[in-house]
Amino acid sequence: MKTVEEIKTAIEAAVPGAGVEFVSNPSPSAQHSLRIGPDSAVAVATFLRDDPELAFDFLSNVSGVDWPDKEIAENVKVTHQVAKTIDGVEQTVEETVDEMRKRVDPGYLEAVYHLYSVQKKHGPLVLRMRTVNRSDQVGLPSLTPVWRSAEFQEREVFDLYGIVFTGHPDLRRLLMWDGFKDHPMRKDYVDPDDFEYEPTPHDEVLRRALERTSREQVSEGTREQGTSGA
Amino acid sequence: MSVTETRTERVEGWNRPPVIEPDGEGELLEVAMGPHHPSTHGVFRMDVALDGERVVRLKPVFGYLHRNHEKIAEGASYLASMPYTDRLDYFCSLTNNWAYALAVEKLVGQEVPERAEYIRVILAELTRVQNHASSIGFLIQEMGASGTPLMYAFKEREKILDLFESLTGSRMMCNYMRFGGCRVDVSSAWLDATRKVVAGLPAFVDEFEALLSSNEILMARCQGVGILRSELAVNAGVSGPMLRASGVNYDIREVDHYGIYDRFQFRIPLGDHGDIYDRYMVRILEMRESIKILEQALKDIPAGPIMDPKAKLRGFRPKPGEAYGRIEAPKGELGFYLISDGGPNPYRYRVRPPSLINLTILEDMCLGQNVADVVLIFGSVDIVLGEVDR
Repeated sequence: MKTVEEIKTAIEAAVPGAGVEFVSNPSPSAQHSLRIGPDSAVAVATFLRDDPELAFDFLSNVSGVDWPDKEIAENVKVTHQVAKTIDGVEQTVEETVDEMRKRVDPGYLEAVYHLYSVQKKHGPLVLRMRTVNRSDQVGLPSLTPVWRSAEFQEREVFDLYGIVFTGHPDLRRLLMWDGFKDHPMRKDYVDPDDFEYEPTPHDEVLRRALERTSREQVSEGTREQGTSGA
Repeated sequence: MSVTETRTERVEGWNRPPVIEPDGEGELLEVAMGPHHPSTHGVFRMDVALDGERVVRLKPVFGYLHRNHEKIAEGASYLASMPYTDRLDYFCSLTNNWAYALAVEKLVGQEVPERAEYIRVILAELTRVQNHASSIGFLIQEMGASGTPLMYAFKEREKILDLFESLTGSRMMCNYMRFGGCRVDVSSAWLDATRKVVAGLPAFVDEFEALLSSNEILMARCQGVGILRSELAVNAGVSGPMLRASGVNYDIREVDHYGIYDRFQFRIPLGDHGDIYDRYMVRILEMRESIKILEQALKDIPAGPIMDPKAKLRGFRPKPGEAYGRIEAPKGELGFYLISDGGPNPYRYRVRPPSLINLTILEDMCLGQNVADVVLIFGSVDIVLGEVDR
């Protein structure tokens, strides 16, 4: 298999303006990854799948990762002009002090894809995409049109992390119920108090069933509820 | 529209299930199969729309057993998640242990002593035999043979579970592997008992196959039903016996050579048609290959330590980084993706569940088939809900 750097070069040659970035992995596993820009993600993915030499036809794993806003406190040397009285004379002296400054590194959500090749039997190649932030710009392109394997996994990431995959054919919650509001795998998720609440997933089915029963009752007039039958 | 017509529509690179139009006579019947249907192996629902007997739409509904395993693991230390991996696919706790141990060993660059590798292979192949035997038993039970083949399978499974119990202290929740080795050493008595059980396995598979493989009902119900073609199987990330039954030669034991699988001689059974019968047959043949691996491993197992003496047990804090480790579990590719931020808990802990991803193409296989076959097609996927919903 080509090294990750060689694959990066190949992508850049095939998809101009792909914006691929090499992300080094310091762990002994040495599974380095490529960060791709959301705009050209589908083109890059299609190239990786269809290129005869790379042939990454098997998307193994899709994971969401949450990187919350980080507040970084750092010591900065600051020089002030200070008015001081030295020997009875008022002078302006430069004084350098350590000051604690805080800045906020904006967080983002990340989708990580692990690719293998069934044809060439190599892998993994790790692709990453990040959203702009964690609140309102959480869209990423879906890779389900390229690899069907992402269908349920992207639904799960949408469910648990709240990344909205545009172009996904059926983006619904996978594990939590439809009326659920939050995204439980986010690092700042807080459990609700009412653990007793259990939704009934049959709401829609139940409504239609009741409609049908009432229709039949009107037309036949022989069925009554509570008789356990007709 | 016949079954073959619905198949040809899908060949042209189109990886969505086709839309099957009802024939217009009568109205569609919507059936919620599950979550308490006995054929769903747990709590799982399929919302099926039927035109007469024919399936025109099938939507799987998940989450009844969801307990957010991944979030719980992010709040626990690395080792504390090891017993919880037993509960993913509770039929194959030892392979779950191995996959997790392998991912962590990749993350920290940990070596495993030779004897421990042999023990892992022996336990994983025993797990594979009992999983395949019982999954076939369940499949035949769903066909209407109430209990008999399943009890034959469980009789053999019980012998293997006795071995697990005497070694690990638990029949199903084994919690046996550690990062850098195994928890307790096997005794020579245990190895002898295992050799005895393994010596009896070929006769069991022969008997099983004599009863089933040429059974007329099994052939009528399984052949040509629930066909999955190889391009779609690869594209949809299907793995394990499902993938190989569609004719794709891809076994992670042979591709990755994780552990010491490069030392053993075994073949990879492949199917031709990708129907239920091929999946059944691939599982039977894989049991035979597993027995071969077991015989070799039990013959060659060396003496030595079972834990790497340099393995760090207390204060286990991997350096920042990430790793994805995967093994060929009995149900398919089981992977663990870990991100460490240098702390005692994983920053991100992700399970790649073969059971869930193998269900991606459930609708494709069921469309146009009879509703009675949905139960069989679903049974041939071989899932455990503890792993699907996590």
